[in-house]
Amino acid sequence: MVLMQDVILNTTALPHLLTLVIFLPVLGVAMMAMFRDETAVKHVAFWTAGLEFALSLLLYAWFDPATHRMQFAEVVQWITAPPIRYAVGIDGISLWLILLTTLLTPICVVCSWTAIKTRVREFMITLLVMETAMVGVFCALDFVLFYVFWEAMLVPMYLLIGVWGGPNRIYAAVKFFLYTLAGSLLLLVAIIVLFVQGGHTFDIQALSRVPHSDTLQAWLFWAFFAAFAVKVPMFPFHTWLPDAHVEAPTAGSVILASVLLKMGAYGFLRFSLPMVPDAAIRFTPVVLTLSLIAILYGAYMALAQNDLKKLIAYSSVSHMGFVTLGIFVFNTQGVEGALLQMLNHGITTGGLFLCVGLAYERTHSRLIADNGGLAKPMPRYATCLVILSLSSLGLPGTNSFVGEFLVLVGSFLVNKTVAAVATLGIILAAVYLLWMVQRIVFGVPTDKTARLGDLNWCEMATLVPLVILIFWIGFFPNPFLTPMHASVAHVLELMDRGKDLLPIAVGALNGLPGGQP
Amino acid sequence: MTVVSPGDLLAILPELLVMTAGCLVLILDPLTAADRKDRLAYLSLATLGAAFVTSYWFMGLTHSAFSGLYILDAYGTFWKLLLILVAALVILLAKAHLKLEEIDLAEFYAFILLSLSGMMVMVSGTDLLVIYLGLELMSISLYVMAGFKRFERRSLEASAKYFILGSLSSGILLYGISLLFGRTGSTTLAGIREGIGGLPAGDPVLLLAVILLIVGFGFKVAAVPFHMWTPDVYEGSPTSVTAYMAVASKAASFGAFVRVFMEALGGIKADWQMVLLVVCIATMILGNVVAIVQTNIKRMLAYSSIAHAGYALIGLVVADAAGVAGVMLYLALYAFMNLGAFTVVTMLRRGGLEGDEIDDFTGLAKRNKWAALVMLLFMFSLAGIPPTAGFIAKFYIFMAAVGAQMTWLAVLAVIFAAVSAYFYIRVVMVMYMRDPGEAAGTSGYGVRLVASPAVIAVLLVTAAGVVFLGIFPDQLVQVAQSAILPLR
Repeated sequence: MVLMQDVILNTTALPHLLTLVIFLPVLGVAMMAMFRDETAVKHVAFWTAGLEFALSLLLYAWFDPATHRMQFAEVVQWITAPPIRYAVGIDGISLWLILLTTLLTPICVVCSWTAIKTRVREFMITLLVMETAMVGVFCALDFVLFYVFWEAMLVPMYLLIGVWGGPNRIYAAVKFFLYTLAGSLLLLVAIIVLFVQGGHTFDIQALSRVPHSDTLQAWLFWAFFAAFAVKVPMFPFHTWLPDAHVEAPTAGSVILASVLLKMGAYGFLRFSLPMVPDAAIRFTPVVLTLSLIAILYGAYMALAQNDLKKLIAYSSVSHMGFVTLGIFVFNTQGVEGALLQMLNHGITTGGLFLCVGLAYERTHSRLIADNGGLAKPMPRYATCLVILSLSSLGLPGTNSFVGEFLVLVGSFLVNKTVAAVATLGIILAAVYLLWMVQRIVFGVPTDKTARLGDLNWCEMATLVPLVILIFWIGFFPNPFLTPMHASVAHVLELMDRGKDLLPIAVGALNGLPGGQP
Repeated sequence: MTVVSPGDLLAILPELLVMTAGCLVLILDPLTAADRKDRLAYLSLATLGAAFVTSYWFMGLTHSAFSGLYILDAYGTFWKLLLILVAALVILLAKAHLKLEEIDLAEFYAFILLSLSGMMVMVSGTDLLVIYLGLELMSISLYVMAGFKRFERRSLEASAKYFILGSLSSGILLYGISLLFGRTGSTTLAGIREGIGGLPAGDPVLLLAVILLIVGFGFKVAAVPFHMWTPDVYEGSPTSVTAYMAVASKAASFGAFVRVFMEALGGIKADWQMVLLVVCIATMILGNVVAIVQTNIKRMLAYSSIAHAGYALIGLVVADAAGVAGVMLYLALYAFMNLGAFTVVTMLRRGGLEGDEIDDFTGLAKRNKWAALVMLLFMFSLAGIPPTAGFIAKFYIFMAAVGAQMTWLAVLAVIFAAVSAYFYIRVVMVMYMRDPGEAAGTSGYGVRLVASPAVIAVLLVTAAGVVFLGIFPDQLVQVAQSAILPLR
């Protein structure tokens, strides 16, 4: 039996800091009720999200990178029978994802300032409720609590796409909702099965230590897979993504790409690997194959798009392929690379969607052809777009280079063919992104685009933090990697369960074409 | 003849209160001036308050009354508290709704009280004939209430259809009871249990009796294939009656269903579990799939209520402590969301009629954001999305299924829960994502919303219940878990 002190830790001056971070946005929503004016509502939303970000920086400041234990942990009994607890805490895996969420929410508020014209109050409420659910997902240490946040997220996202989205928004919203719900419901059954088979507890950390038979592990793995693969999204479950991205408003696209897609990968890392390790190893070839298909297919589809949002949506499919690839090679480089790549993708793709939104506000078109030649009328915009695109294609000196490099090193260690095929994805990324940049930035300006105004300071404020982060991570990745070390090592250790399975897994992979002799 | 002891009468005090008030309202009705009929509603509400307090006070007491024909126990009291609460909310709702429909007759309250007393007898009877009496008292009152809009054909059709099919199913139930009596020599639940012990395994007459009982109760809870009446009756009846039928009548029938099968027939569980399993799966599939194509919200909610009966039946199929508690929780939580959804329907008016087409909800969020918000809440709760009551209800049912090694049944149930999300979020979509202008020319045009303080109170209670019980269900869960039947 594992003692609670061994797995959780809370030594900070503010014992309820994490709960505050989770529920502060909801408090902001309550605050909004006091204001009638729409501008005031926007300000409340912005300052709530800003304060939330400031508070989450405290998490970083007080985070102890030396331990894998859950920090800032709080545990309260929630339901007596079966024992369900309100248990939250963070480790090196969730820390960056929470910071990413809290950073992007104020940016989303700002980018919606003028873009959203109808039902502003409802929009801001939805956005903040969304933030609570997202932060909650990354903090939950109780499986039922996790599921509650995980599912609660669907409702605001459904409304974000369906109410404030483009012309085909209803179809996209319903598709998004049903796809993700169908996957999640199987997760619910898996959670209950784990409870019944795993010592009658919903404690995620306790469940990570329970051994299960191979058959049960296989069932649980696929149930997890249904929920997480849809969210990532992995090929062939990605079809909701282009629709949802194209129709969602800018803020919705940013949240969707930067945070929601990370939840699937987070789920694999937090649940699939430690809870059903043998099945995860057993089905690695399947996951790796799907990841490679996603990398190549996403990139290939991105080449063919003439709609900017669709292009970036397919590039997300490709980039998330790297993330799942990194997770399922089960070594430190791969997993840390995947984690960093999750953060990178959030920053870069979030920024790219912001850019699309900014262009759309001016030209009212997302087609590449209608947005040609922006370098001259909009130099600042063009600079940001170029930097973001270069980051997205993994240029050395930018964040994605570090992440993709680590993932490739990790996969090279276990299987050369896999690494080689994945590298093709980076080349294709260079092709579609540079081609896009060429047409948009340096293309022939139309009558319309020649007279566009450049970004104002407010719009710059949404992009500049992301650009700074791109170079920061690109040149000094260590501060970002350090907090991950202990937690990632712990996940791999949990997976191993002292049975020395990982070498076997590596051996199995080596048996594939291109494996080490 | 046995003597009725004062203790026995005290044990049925809540039932006596409700029944007496029901008769009193009937007597007082002609003596009350037309503009003072509201007072009869207040009298009914006061009685329900008293009955609720008494029942609450009795919580935890156990007393077998009338020589084993009737029992006061935690299980029955749980249902009674739920039913009284629902009846009170329906009276509040009806007070405004009946005026809108111009069927503002005080008999309505009398029938609510009488049917409620029938339901209370159903969930507390320990003799099949007593349960049957309660069931008939409930049903006959409901037949009348279904036809309350007596100048409208749909309502009359609903009443006639409900009456004919209802009588048939009561007859089948009674036939089952008589066969049971023939085989075991008793009509009390304890007597039947004992009698079955002396019968050879797989006795064909006994099995026939069990199947007839399943048909009878299956009709009342609207389980497939005995659901045919539900859409027509739900659509044709005045909406406040529909709400009452969908929530209270279903809950009471489940209360009796579970008690009879667990107490009297618990010994031959294996024989009826398979039959119920088939009924349960068919109910979930048909309810959820057919609801997708409905354009009338009352018909949609009717099929949804069929589907929910399927989920609740999982608890009875499992037939253990967790299953029984699951059924109780499911019906209790379902009461809030479904009653709330029907209440929103009563508020929509298209011309002089009720706006009961799904299209009538078009753009509701722009016309009345509070009504749209609570409807959104009820729809997501019916779909089982956390953190609403609907999620807790489904969670405990799935827990029971997996705990009894029926994981595949839980998987099947979640697949159809995903299907059901489609028609629930369609209502949300229509309310939030379509403009009222878009529907011009269709029925969405000229729909208005009528709110009154009583209706708002009902919405507040139900919405608060859906949210509060979704986030803090612990107390209710504990009450349900401690109120399950003594399982033998």
